[in-house]
Amino acid sequence: MDLGEINPVLLVASLMVAATPLLLAAIGELVVEKAGVLNLGVEGMMIVGAISGFAISVETGSPWLGFIAAAIGGAVLSLLFVLLTQFALANQVASGLALTLFGLGFSALMGQGYVGIKPPSMGDIHIPVISDIPVIGPILFQHDPILYLGIALTALVWAVLKYTRVGLILRAVGENHDAAHALGYKVIKIRILAIMFGGACAGLGGAYISLIRVPQWTEGMTAGVGWIALALVVFASWKPWRVLLGAYLFGGITVLQLNLQAAGVAIPVEYLAMSPYIITILVLVILSADKSSAPASLGRTFHASH
Amino acid sequence: MTTPLLSLQGLTKAYPGVVANDQVSFDIGEGEVHALLGENGAGKSTLVKMIYGLVKPDSGTMLLRGQPFAPPEPRAARGDGIAMVFQHFSLFDALNVAENIALGMENPPPMGDLASRIREVSETYGLPLDPYRTVGDLSAGERQRVEIIRCLLQDPKLLIMDEPTSVLTPQEVEILFETLNKLRSEGTSILYISHKLEEIRTLCDHATILRLGKNVGECVPSETSARDMAEMMVGSTLQTPERSGREFGKVALDVSGLSVPSPSEFGTALRNVHLTVREGEVLGIGGVAGNGQDELLGILSGEILTTADAVKFNGQAIGNLGPTPRRKLGVLTAPEERLGHAAAPNMSLTENALLTGSVREGLESNGFLKWAETKSFAEKIIEIFDVRTPGPENAARSLSGGNLQKFVIGREVLQNPAVLVVNQPTWGVDAAAAAAIRQAILDLAAKGTAVVCISQDLDELMEISDSFAALNEGRLSAPRPTTGLTVDEIGLMMGGAHGMEVAHV
Amino acid sequence: MIVLEKRPQPSKVWSYATPLVAVLATMFFGGVLFAILGKNPVEAIGTIFWEPLFGEFSFYYRPQLLVKGAPLVLIAIGLSLGFRAGIWNIGAEGQYIMGAIFGAGAGLAFYPLEGWYIFPIMVLAGAFGGWLWAMIPAFLKVRFGTNEILVSLMLVYVAEQMLASVSLGLLKNPEGFGFPGSRNLQSYESAHNAELIAGSGMHWGVVAAFIAVIFAYVLLNRHMLGFHIRLTGEAPRAAKFAGVNPARLILFCLGLAGALAGLAGMFEVSGPAGVVSIDFNVGYGFTAIIVAFLGRLHPVGILLAGFLMALTYIGGEIAQSQLGLPAAAIQVFQGMLLFFLLAFDLLTNFRIRAARNEVA
Repeated sequence: MDLGEINPVLLVASLMVAATPLLLAAIGELVVEKAGVLNLGVEGMMIVGAISGFAISVETGSPWLGFIAAAIGGAVLSLLFVLLTQFALANQVASGLALTLFGLGFSALMGQGYVGIKPPSMGDIHIPVISDIPVIGPILFQHDPILYLGIALTALVWAVLKYTRVGLILRAVGENHDAAHALGYKVIKIRILAIMFGGACAGLGGAYISLIRVPQWTEGMTAGVGWIALALVVFASWKPWRVLLGAYLFGGITVLQLNLQAAGVAIPVEYLAMSPYIITILVLVILSADKSSAPASLGRTFHASH
Repeated sequence: MTTPLLSLQGLTKAYPGVVANDQVSFDIGEGEVHALLGENGAGKSTLVKMIYGLVKPDSGTMLLRGQPFAPPEPRAARGDGIAMVFQHFSLFDALNVAENIALGMENPPPMGDLASRIREVSETYGLPLDPYRTVGDLSAGERQRVEIIRCLLQDPKLLIMDEPTSVLTPQEVEILFETLNKLRSEGTSILYISHKLEEIRTLCDHATILRLGKNVGECVPSETSARDMAEMMVGSTLQTPERSGREFGKVALDVSGLSVPSPSEFGTALRNVHLTVREGEVLGIGGVAGNGQDELLGILSGEILTTADAVKFNGQAIGNLGPTPRRKLGVLTAPEERLGHAAAPNMSLTENALLTGSVREGLESNGFLKWAETKSFAEKIIEIFDVRTPGPENAARSLSGGNLQKFVIGREVLQNPAVLVVNQPTWGVDAAAAAAIRQAILDLAAKGTAVVCISQDLDELMEISDSFAALNEGRLSAPRPTTGLTVDEIGLMMGGAHGMEVAHV
Repeated sequence: MIVLEKRPQPSKVWSYATPLVAVLATMFFGGVLFAILGKNPVEAIGTIFWEPLFGEFSFYYRPQLLVKGAPLVLIAIGLSLGFRAGIWNIGAEGQYIMGAIFGAGAGLAFYPLEGWYIFPIMVLAGAFGGWLWAMIPAFLKVRFGTNEILVSLMLVYVAEQMLASVSLGLLKNPEGFGFPGSRNLQSYESAHNAELIAGSGMHWGVVAAFIAVIFAYVLLNRHMLGFHIRLTGEAPRAAKFAGVNPARLILFCLGLAGALAGLAGMFEVSGPAGVVSIDFNVGYGFTAIIVAFLGRLHPVGILLAGFLMALTYIGGEIAQSQLGLPAAAIQVFQGMLLFFLLAFDLLTNFRIRAARNEVA
């Protein structure tokens, strides 16, 4: 065992990379839940995003097109959830599960020809001078653009929810859909848009795993990240900046346990590998006392009667 | 003759199985307070939803100042100067007053400006309100103010108010009427929906009466007696429940020094509540909704547990017992919310009879259910309480409000309770069913049951209760004999006008 | 414009018809999917649904139906009770794994001793393992109000790591030449969950599945506890008013689901699988969710749905070997089934009607 092999600068830098898929998926789900919809299909949308992004980048050679395809893929899959919950008025928990089960199967089917291929690389942003500052440079200013997009998206979601009318309406719909309907807001339409945004974000998060973090395609490679993202939204009490904080915390745990595995610490590999899941449970337990910030209509089906 | 502000001509709207509005026509003049009078289910709500653009008429037309008016959605109606204060407030608990008001406006100004305009309007009309308070923490009267101010900020030509006084204390009603009179003097028309006749006689210039979806007559309320209006509304002479003079027995239910935090976030904590009810006595508990009624019922039913001594039945401490052991003893309850609390909407009447009847009616043995006995119990309720339904296998949600309420009350009454606690026993129920339910409660008391009736309908409480107390912010006033109580005294017991102190800051 | 109109009460006809309609829709769209993959859709659907039952080798496949269907039914019965009460245990896969580990562990602890008591002890240990794993989300929900969906799901990943750990460590076959995996329970007579009638596929797990179906049926239709489960799902406040203790209900539903999933895992590892190995679990815990919904959370429905789902597994394998249909296609096929089922379920509670344009 040699803990000295762990480079703290690289550790922090890779922590940010590990956190990004979580951040993207969770910030999307936060918007969905703020609109009063519980979409448990994040895992499914992520894995479909992962394969769509991977396939398109490989075919076109452009990781950018890949990410766009991933966002579209995630959003299209989320339309199935829309169909079930907003039009067929099905139970949201069951529909989310259906989305995940379907997404896992569908991605495996799509990904058959792509196992063992290396995708085109996106390359990191390099800003002269700033990126070369020792320690801070590699940690903060030598990453791929999508990582920064994740952070920008968090800021955007925060600002929209807090300061704009669109954000106010979205929160109102999630808080009390009957009242929002009585005031003349299109509850279903607003929710559909929120769900699709959540799908696109999850798709991006999935593609980040298959194109940048790993980067290659294997079946079921999201390995529960989508579920952790769901937990993260609860952890963050539906606040965007706390999602960011939470994502980096989980990213840190993931990277640390991988580093510890590599360093050959005397803890068996399996126990290290299960640690992120156990920590998720612990965090959920600690935070489950406070439910007050959850949107009041979360998970309830809306049907406009007369 | 001047053109009326709004003219309704032959409005008709049918829903499967029921014609909510049938060829309804009437005019609302400029600067007029027009009453729309009718029983529950007479079609008042559907009619105003058509004016507000929430529902489209099947046929008929509307003219606004002589121009055709057919709002496709509430936004359009608001744009044409129609504003509405809902009976069940369309408010968002977790948002603050200013945010709530912004949501009801087409082009709200920035939050800072909006807040100062809210202050301005609220002072002009004597409706004090802090724009930055969270709506969930406001009293019912204050919540109504949010809705009214939201409407007033739009400079409406027509303000629709759906049963506005049902959530107010008598003192708050006076303040509201002052506001409405001020609006009328400024030229705003008001469509005032209510079934409270005295209010309409005080406030309104003109009244249209709806019965079973049809316009059955118009009158000038100040020149018409309440009795005549009532007969137009109900269509027949009403019989008031009979009560026989009776002696009270020993104390059956005794609550002392009860303080309980509310289980829900925007609920009300009960503070130091005392009450005793004797055998054969009906204790009426008044108060504006949201002042601890649900919590009190929960504590008496056993859904909320307390220390054992806080609630006593015939001297036995039962505060820590759940609903089932209490039923065994004879302490029965009927909550306010019929669908989802007193009854499971998708389950059959037989299953709903089992819901509270299993213990006292012997509908189970060793946990195994006796469906045949349960079905006959349900049939017995249906028969004795005249519940209109094809049979006990029908789902609770298929019944009308009045019929389901008769079933829910009948289910408890037929179990021979020693103590019966009911919350809003006739809320949203037609007059005939309401009279039947009140009579059943009085008959039960005559047989020696101690009854607690929680209600927001003061007329109902005056009619059936022997003593009266009021809940106000979780505190219960000392009970007093009903005979000789004045409206003013009742109002003060209910806490006077809430939240008015802000006005003087 | 189409509007949905709530029925005064749920339609009996549609509640029976929706699963059939969903199966037909899945066959159709599944066929479309197979056609896109370049397979003859009629042949593919035929292979999946016909071959295992009536094909040339049906004598081999029919018993497989019991073998694959039993764990699905056993798990789905447990899940359905919770689903009915609004308690969402989606971690049956983990409970299944733990049941297998505990069951096999208990058996192997006696190795090489032989005795009639070993198998019953394994059964109890398997049920206990699954129960224990399910009690974690149950306890956390009761004590802290923690979301049982996320916790039970997280525990699947933890259980998978546990499985890896014991296959490489604690339960590794000492005579296995270093290969991962336990001793084969099929060759340890006292611990072997053998076929009760040779060639029938009928093992103790199948018997347990049938017992579970009967038990659940009686519970839901004839017993107060079952009534309380249904009531809690329909109207939680009414349930509390009726005197239901929600905490006890959570512990019961999750505990029972865990125990049944654990039993399924134990019967599988001691019978058809034989060995505790890294890839022991094949997703029965997740497929059972589909089975539970396809059976409309009704015990008899689940029995039928379980065997239908087993049919798609077996038929899928045949299609894989005969037509080269990818394994993932069957997974998609099963996912579709759940989809259509949820979608068509609308018809049970709503009527679809054409209407003039009305503000929604």
